[in-house]
Amino acid sequence: MIDLFSFDFMQNALFASVLVSVICGVIGTLIVINRMVFIAGGIAHGSYGGIGLALYFGIAPMLGASLFALFLGLLIAYITHQNSTRIDSLIGVIWAFGMALGIIMTDLTPGYNVDLMSYLFGAILSVSNEDLYGMSGVFALVLAFALLFYKQLLAMSFDAQFAKLRGVNVTLLYFGLVLMTALGVVIIIRAVGLILVIALLTIPPYIAEKMTNSMGSMMLISSFLSVLFCAIGLILSSFFNLSAGASIIMVGSISFFIQFLYSKWRAPN
Amino acid sequence: MQNDIEINNLFFSYDGASVLEDITLQYNSKDFLAIIGPNGGGKSTLLKIMIGLLKPLHGEVLLFGKNPLHVSHEIAYVPQDTIANKDFPIKVLDVVLMGRLSKSKFFAPYSKEDYAIAYEMLETVGMKGFENQKINALSGGQRQRVFIARALACDAKIIFLDEPTASIDTAGQMSMFQLLKTLNKTVGIVIVSHDVNVALNYATKVAHVNKTLYLHDVSKEESFTLAQNPKEHICPVELICARRCNHLHKELL
Repeated sequence: MIDLFSFDFMQNALFASVLVSVICGVIGTLIVINRMVFIAGGIAHGSYGGIGLALYFGIAPMLGASLFALFLGLLIAYITHQNSTRIDSLIGVIWAFGMALGIIMTDLTPGYNVDLMSYLFGAILSVSNEDLYGMSGVFALVLAFALLFYKQLLAMSFDAQFAKLRGVNVTLLYFGLVLMTALGVVIIIRAVGLILVIALLTIPPYIAEKMTNSMGSMMLISSFLSVLFCAIGLILSSFFNLSAGASIIMVGSISFFIQFLYSKWRAPN
Repeated sequence: MQNDIEINNLFFSYDGASVLEDITLQYNSKDFLAIIGPNGGGKSTLLKIMIGLLKPLHGEVLLFGKNPLHVSHEIAYVPQDTIANKDFPIKVLDVVLMGRLSKSKFFAPYSKEDYAIAYEMLETVGMKGFENQKINALSGGQRQRVFIARALACDAKIIFLDEPTASIDTAGQMSMFQLLKTLNKTVGIVIVSHDVNVALNYATKVAHVNKTLYLHDVSKEESFTLAQNPKEHICPVELICARRCNHLHKELL
């Protein structure tokens, strides 16, 4: 086990896990209490369009995914802010549109040049130093956002109308939150892939929510749980030669079921 | 003298369907105003227009002589008790602190003074000792008291409440209105209620809203004072009819 962590790629993977976990803990908490999980799903899957576009135009796929995710984030924030009905259908369309665009753009790109599986299911074991810089940047941005606007975010999540009457610019804050979600989602794609993003964003906050009565400690507990899932998942994946991303999510899912059954057993009514 | 709330010839509609027509109302914060009327009659809509959450189609709405959105720091709002997310991780004290949002520094955490005010207001509404409870572990009545404490922490001149007793039993409702009546000595109270008895026993002005508005002055109208009998407070009959009306309700007698 000690040997395992002496490899550079494993150290990078662990460092990336910590960065990704804190991003998951903070953003995941906010999207769970704001009921924005479906929005995060739409951005995650839709961002595949950005990867396709990036491949076609020959730019870095993660950069393409980030820019496209930010664009989709703005679009979704605008749509949801209009408070129109059928928001879920509209997000479903964006979700499917992004994936279709991604597939068509890769079809049009001559040669099948990259391992698309790594974007679908993550490649935490091949995280490069450049990736770590990008992750650190988003990590710092997300932390600053949550710390600076903590009061306002809590008030908006709990009661947006009240927050608005108390002078909080709810519109701006909501757009900020969706954009942070978009950035966070792209970073998490690097670790567990876009198919599994939602699991890492929702399982730790879901479990943490039952254990605390403050948003801040929900963020802390989620981050810690996420690190735990990543570490155990990584170890299992290298011992049994399994996909790292899927192993991480499997550890998380099993924890979720255990917690779920435990809470049912504790409160039979 | 300038009225605290001044509404002139207000019209409002949702997607073309007329909800409020030609509403005119003056209110001063020494009064306890109850807005009553049938479901779908536009009570909550009128309240939301008063505080600027909805914009009128036509007409003028002035709060302290200004656009409601420009004076929102002077008022407080207690929404209907509709917490769908029952696991929301927040404790009672943090809910009340929200009332200090517009008074505290933007990036800084809440100050000692903010905390002192939050504790004081919880005591005022009789919820001392519940500070660290999860908000959703409370009963409906207790939760509404916390929301009133939050409104008080805003240091507002008028508190607007939207059906604050909808999910509370009768005894709880009466103690809630007693509390509001006491608070009315220092702040204005505007309350939406489906309960006529409230109007009779606690309010000083009653606005009956069903598309149009008719204002009753409880202290001056004999029919109301006659019906104001605290001992026969629980009335089994719904007294307001769902038709449009612009007259005094003789059926009260």
